[in-house]
Amino acid sequence: MAQSSASHVVPIQSVGVLPAGAVAPNFTLRATPDQTLTLSDLLGRPVILAFYPADWSPVCGDQMALYSEILPEFRKFGAELLGVSVDGAWCHDAFAQNRHLHFPLLADFEPKGAVAHQYGAYRAADGVCERALFVIDKKGIIAWSYCSPIAVNPGADGILQALEDLPK
Amino acid sequence: MATLKVPVTAEDHAQGPASADVTLVEYGDYECPYCGQAYPIVQEVQKQFGKRLRLVFRNFPLSEMHPHAEAAAEVAEFAGAQGKFWEMHDKLYENQARLGEELYFDLADKLKLSSTALRQALEQRTFEARVRADFKGGVRSGVNGTPTFFINGHRHDGSFDFETLVSAIHQAMGTPKSASGKLKPRIFAKSGSS
Repeated sequence: MAQSSASHVVPIQSVGVLPAGAVAPNFTLRATPDQTLTLSDLLGRPVILAFYPADWSPVCGDQMALYSEILPEFRKFGAELLGVSVDGAWCHDAFAQNRHLHFPLLADFEPKGAVAHQYGAYRAADGVCERALFVIDKKGIIAWSYCSPIAVNPGADGILQALEDLPK
Repeated sequence: MATLKVPVTAEDHAQGPASADVTLVEYGDYECPYCGQAYPIVQEVQKQFGKRLRLVFRNFPLSEMHPHAEAAAEVAEFAGAQGKFWEMHDKLYENQARLGEELYFDLADKLKLSSTALRQALEQRTFEARVRADFKGGVRSGVNGTPTFFINGHRHDGSFDFETLVSAIHQAMGTPKSASGKLKPRIFAKSGSS
């Protein structure tokens, strides 16, 4: 009797964000219209990777604007903060200027969401990134990850705790 | 779920008894328009619950977005050091469109606070450390924008319209009310408007 082909079913949705202990997939993304950033160039210090759905979300509750305010707290740990969404570099540029953001916003723009996909942080149904956070240690290993409900700005408490928990 | 990491103490600015059933902690920014919207709503909520509710206000100035927020917070703390925190807090929100030195000295005058002392406090940044401490504690507790509310220590992720807040407070009291709290509909962020 023929066996069912269940093992061939292709998942249409990611099963969740990459967990702690996984190697952070390397990538090169556009940080400005004429500059790119490669994750592996940051080896040697912790990296906070913050995937978010879209630029131009409402003003005061905006997650990226909040992180920009908190930047000095992240820097105390020597950490580098990177925002990632599927918006293009020019869009990021205008958004960063408007919200006074002092850290790079990376454009996971073409192929759309490819990096988010690798991190299990792509929301195929909506065509945007999840609101997913990763703290990557100085060796390039994910030390902590968290995927927030899309409507809830996760704040920064989890990030700070994860940075604090990194081996010195 | 994000929880309040800095417990409410006698150092906090509070309205309502410490024995209240529910403590509502607001992290706010005097220049934030959503906090401005929340201000009269919170007052209505206080009226609704009377002594069963204690309100605590902590500073969370988003200075990159709001150039007046930090100074306004320091002005309120200055007034607070002289027992007039809530009077100043209220007047700052009631005059949110006019934030700036002229308003601060005008309000100090109205509240019979020394303008010389206020000038000194602003110049010497006497209350910067207190405002900063509130901010850092807020970050550690998962404050994710302004205003952020904590109801008995749990971050309130719903909207801050009157119905939703009242319903969430009832729930914390263990007396659920029929009016159901609605989650904010948009997918793009927590923020104020409902």
